Amino acid sequence: MSNGILTLVYDIPAMDMISAGEASSNVKKKLKQLGVNPLIVKKVSISMYEAEMNAVIHANGGSATVNIGTDEIVIIIEDRGPGIENIDLAMKEGYSTASDEVRQMGFGAGMGLPNIKKNSDSLNIESEIGKGTRLEIAIKFTS
Amino acid sequence: MKLKDITRIINGSVVCEGNCSDVEFISACGSDLMSDVMAFLKNETLLLTGLINPQVIRTAEMMDIKAVVFVRGKKPDSKMVELALEKDIILVTTDYPMFVACGKLYSAGMREEGC
Ligand SMILES: Nc1ncnc2c1ncn2[C@@H]1O[C@H](COP(=O)(O)OP(=O)(O)OP(=O)(O)O)[C@@H](O)[C@H]1O
Ligand SMILES: [Mg+2]
Repeated sequence: MSNGILTLVYDIPAMDMISAGEASSNVKKKLKQLGVNPLIVKKVSISMYEAEMNAVIHANGGSATVNIGTDEIVIIIEDRGPGIENIDLAMKEGYSTASDEVRQMGFGAGMGLPNIKKNSDSLNIESEIGKGTRLEIAIKFTS
Repeated sequence: MKLKDITRIINGSVVCEGNCSDVEFISACGSDLMSDVMAFLKNETLLLTGLINPQVIRTAEMMDIKAVVFVRGKKPDSKMVELALEKDIILVTTDYPMFVACGKLYSAGMREEGC
């Protein structure tokens, strides 16, 4: 990871549809205050919100760590949820195991992970069944 | 198109206005699926939806959507209004169903971009 300028750490509460997105919202505000290019802010907002929502919806919450470096922003979202059985399958557009309840809230189309991939320069997913999932998303300032 | 034009065209009422009532709205998107809004929106500044929950406002914030229109007489709850005020997002309600509200705005010159 590049030499950090700022590290932000957040708790992501479980199945709390009111405060879900609070961490991403806070990061967006911080990046705007720092004067980061709006296109980069958008990519970070989209990627982090998708990952944060996944932690809320699929994994009973978790934590977010955002490292703002000199040449990139690295977002790490970790949870102790059920894990992802087949990451290749989960990365496919349209694949979703979301509950009806989640679908009624307007999510669960299986677009989140592919959307993170599309908006980031690198996406690394580590997951173990019964242990949890860790996403590391990097977005370069020059992208 | 300005907020006052939008409310006139769809016979809408403004729930909260933030401080961006002077924003120029160029393109809009109608969707009840926030997954799609997150994945396909480009530069839309207006979202029409029939969905009521706080994540609609969060999604709008993340996507730089300046105003949300709730169709078919749906009313945002107090938590949503509170969030919208905090994020300076305009909320409007209309009794028209989605198809009619979108059609009226389209006829008046509003266009789509992306979704
Ligand atoms: N943190 C996680 N823990 C466990 N499973 C996950 C996690 N994130 C994703 N998944 C699995 O991968 C699938 C695809 O995720 P993705 O974000 O692409 O779609 P979704 O969340 O189901 O729907 P959308 O993101 O469109 O609202 C999920 O349905 C779920 O089965
Ligand atoms: Mg998702």
